[in-house]
Amino acid sequence: MISLAHYIVLGAVLFCIAVAGLFINRKNVIVLLMSIELMLLAVNMNFVAFSRFLGDVSGQVFVFFILTVAAAEAAIGLAILVLLFRNRSTINIADIDSMKG
Amino acid sequence: MGLSTSILLTIALAPLVGCVLAGFLGKFIGRAGSHSVTILGVAISCALSFYVLYQLTLGGAEVYNQNLYTWFQIGQLNASVGFLVDRLTAMMLVVVSFVSLLVHVYTIGYMADDDGYMRFFSYISLFTFSMFMLVMSNNFVQLFFGWEAVGLVSYLLIGFWYKRPTAIFANLKAFLVNRVGDFGFLLGIAAVLYFLHTLDYATAFGAAPGLIGKTLQITAGTHWDAATVICICLFIGAMGKSAQVPLHVWLPDSMEGPTPISALIHAATMVTAGIFMVARMSPLFELSPAALSFVLVIGATTALFTGLIGIVQNDIKRVIAYSTLSQLGYMTVALGVSMYSGAVFHLMTHAFFKALLFLGAGSVIIAMHHEQDMRYMGGLRKYMPITWITMWIGSLALVAVPFTSGFYSKDAIIEAVGLSHRWGAHYAYFCVMAGALVTGLYTFRQMYLTFHGKERFTVLEQHGHGHHDDHGHHEPGVLAHAPKESPWVVTLPLVLLAIPSLLVGFFTVGPVLFGNWFGTAIHVDEANNVLGELGQEFHGSLAMALHGFTQLPFVLVLIAFISCTYIYVFNPAMAGKIKSTLKPLWTVLDRKYWVDEVYFAIFARGGVRLGRLFWKVGDTAVIDDSMVNGSVSLIHRIAAAVRRLQSGYLYHYAFAMILGLILLLGGYWLFGSGPIGAVLAGQ
Amino acid sequence: MNPQLLQLICFYAFGFVTVAAALSVISLKNTVHAVLALVLTFFSSACLWMLLDAEFLALALIVVYVGAVMVLFLFVVMMLDIDQEEMREGFVKFLPVGLFVALVMLVEMVGLIGVRAMHAQVLGADPAAADGMSNTAWLGQALYTRFLLPFEIAALILTVGVVAAVVLTLRERRDARHESPAQQVKVNPRDRVRLVKMAAVRPAAPAALENDAAQEPRP
Repeated sequence: MISLAHYIVLGAVLFCIAVAGLFINRKNVIVLLMSIELMLLAVNMNFVAFSRFLGDVSGQVFVFFILTVAAAEAAIGLAILVLLFRNRSTINIADIDSMKG
Repeated sequence: MGLSTSILLTIALAPLVGCVLAGFLGKFIGRAGSHSVTILGVAISCALSFYVLYQLTLGGAEVYNQNLYTWFQIGQLNASVGFLVDRLTAMMLVVVSFVSLLVHVYTIGYMADDDGYMRFFSYISLFTFSMFMLVMSNNFVQLFFGWEAVGLVSYLLIGFWYKRPTAIFANLKAFLVNRVGDFGFLLGIAAVLYFLHTLDYATAFGAAPGLIGKTLQITAGTHWDAATVICICLFIGAMGKSAQVPLHVWLPDSMEGPTPISALIHAATMVTAGIFMVARMSPLFELSPAALSFVLVIGATTALFTGLIGIVQNDIKRVIAYSTLSQLGYMTVALGVSMYSGAVFHLMTHAFFKALLFLGAGSVIIAMHHEQDMRYMGGLRKYMPITWITMWIGSLALVAVPFTSGFYSKDAIIEAVGLSHRWGAHYAYFCVMAGALVTGLYTFRQMYLTFHGKERFTVLEQHGHGHHDDHGHHEPGVLAHAPKESPWVVTLPLVLLAIPSLLVGFFTVGPVLFGNWFGTAIHVDEANNVLGELGQEFHGSLAMALHGFTQLPFVLVLIAFISCTYIYVFNPAMAGKIKSTLKPLWTVLDRKYWVDEVYFAIFARGGVRLGRLFWKVGDTAVIDDSMVNGSVSLIHRIAAAVRRLQSGYLYHYAFAMILGLILLLGGYWLFGSGPIGAVLAGQ
Repeated sequence: MNPQLLQLICFYAFGFVTVAAALSVISLKNTVHAVLALVLTFFSSACLWMLLDAEFLALALIVVYVGAVMVLFLFVVMMLDIDQEEMREGFVKFLPVGLFVALVMLVEMVGLIGVRAMHAQVLGADPAAADGMSNTAWLGQALYTRFLLPFEIAALILTVGVVAAVVLTLRERRDARHESPAQQVKVNPRDRVRLVKMAAVRPAAPAALENDAAQEPRP
């Protein structure tokens, strides 16, 4: 029988996979973006599970908004990526260090 | 019947209106407009002052004492603007407004071709307003306001010709020396507030007898009599303003200002503010014989020793300046023997004849094309008869020849000092008596050098139109034109001042000195009342003058007259001989007892050295190098270290975030309220 | 078969696929494959949400994410000429660090979740069904009443996102020729055609012009 723990632990596992992805794919911006999508998915998983468990619609509404914002974020992120590639002919993060102090 | 508030307000504010109009709108209303508006203001004040005097003397008006406006109130400290008008105030009002009016008129002639014409009129009107506020005040705060305001105008006017380095130096000197005096004055006011809990005259004087027996512990184990502390502090203020030894050094230098100012501010009115103040505070001073002895000794020293310097001066204005110092010393001596009304009486007569002398000197200076050195004058009497006669009248009043106004005031002071039993009175008696001789010496010397004897200047003949009369750029003793009598705006004030210089004493000495004319304005203890003692021998002013011919002071003046006449008229070579014979004494006097040098060495150099210390150590080392630049370099170093963390690489920032998340989770693990599941189960 | 057991089996099956696909996302060499793995992750997650009776969100995830965002990813990945080998630099070097950090985090999270106690929290009945409506109606009622303002703001954010993406990527080609409809519409016939009145006389052709024309080869 499925309990709250199943979903919460699954969310935690997804989140940790995403964190590991951030670390090991440190050059590829696209994979970094995808890792962030994974993190959002993990969070959404928690929201949905708690919404169901507590019988409160707010969790699902929140997921709805997160999906919205994540879609916008992905669109703008990819647009920036395209622009970056057009200007510098690379998406290698190691080359993007103009914020260096 | 009381005095009308609106009249008193008009007296005070009319000059202020003139000042504002001339000062701010001077460019629009022009020269004639400026002097008209200021003279009108002062004339209104003058007329109303005479009316107030008339009301208080003959019209039977009550003393006016009323607060008009609350300036500020802090706890028990209530600072109001209010007027206390009694006969003392009324006399000061009349003296100030009358002299001020004549000086205004005189200025039209004296400053005729000066660029700062409007500015000058604005200043002297402002001065008149400030002086009115000072003398009409009914509390210490307004007194201090007026005190500082007259000081301010004094500095402005000493430095009126602000392009002259000497004027700037004199200005700074007057300011600094007055700071010393004002510091004491402020301490005195603070002490009044501390002991009497009020700054209102009437309340403070009413509570003054309660000061007896009170002491102030300044340092551990020393108890100072409260009244003495208050009075000496207040008197230090008077010493600064009235230029008493050792704070006298600024007054001779203040002669750098235009001559009308020397007459109005540095002879007739402002410098006598200290005398007026002490007279006003008579209920306080009467409580402290020690303070009065202090006053007496200071005054006597000033009277004699500054007069001596006057003998060796060559600048016509400086001679009169030292004579002013000496006469202020006389007034202070009168205060010291509790003869307040005598001091104020001498203040009044002195205001007339000293203003006259200064304005006369100004007239001479105009004629001599701004040459002030008496060594290049001589024989001027035939060029400028009105100036000559009026200055002789002023001089006779100054040396106290019987029947002149100066005689009545000065002789009364000398007599009173002789009768006084106060500590230091013998010294003071010697000083004022010797002062009479000294006064005669410098006055007659000045008159002879200026108006009599041979002409020691040469007059250039006019060479066509190419030669212009440029003041101050000529050889000493060489004049472009022959000296001539000054215009009527200059001579009219001289004549108008000569009349009271001659006559005012004769008519007023009876009531003012011996008739208790001041009433409650001045308070004298029965035990100290030398004036009352003197009054028993007073049988009218005619008898007093006739008696004066047989007295020692007149004999001394006679000696001075004879010796000066001999030296300067009949045997001019004698002066040089005396000078070389008494060379050491002459040097001492010429160097003014080296007071300036000592002050300069100790205070000025010391101040510079102290300033340098603060500059090098305090400012440069502590503030600049360690605090300002130190914090800058500290931040710079911290920033340099922190900057290394900003690699600019996205994954470093991501790593920092993740690390923070791990730490946060660890924190919950260690300090949180346990696993979420357990919390949920507990619901 | 016990429906609850069936649900559990389904959960483990989809959960396994989700985790496996997520691992592929971060570890596959080819970025296109990684995007496809992400699609699979979203897809199986949507199935898991179905199990939670969140049908609307599950379908929205598939439609919005898989249908739009992931396709966008694919577009970008394929459009950009990316050196795959360069992108893989440091993968092996940072693998242990990444795994270590992820493991530490996982341990901390699971510990904080408190699996044993959490396990006791049984999911109740579907709250939407309890209210007598479908999940979509349940969610829609909340969205259009309580959360109306945030909903509008979300719409605004999406619009801004669209505009921003266009503004960022729009490139004006100066070298390309293109017509301006606005100018075409505004054109005035008098600017183009001028009618000139002249006598019907044929002027004699200048000789020089004749020569030039003769030398020119005719097309």
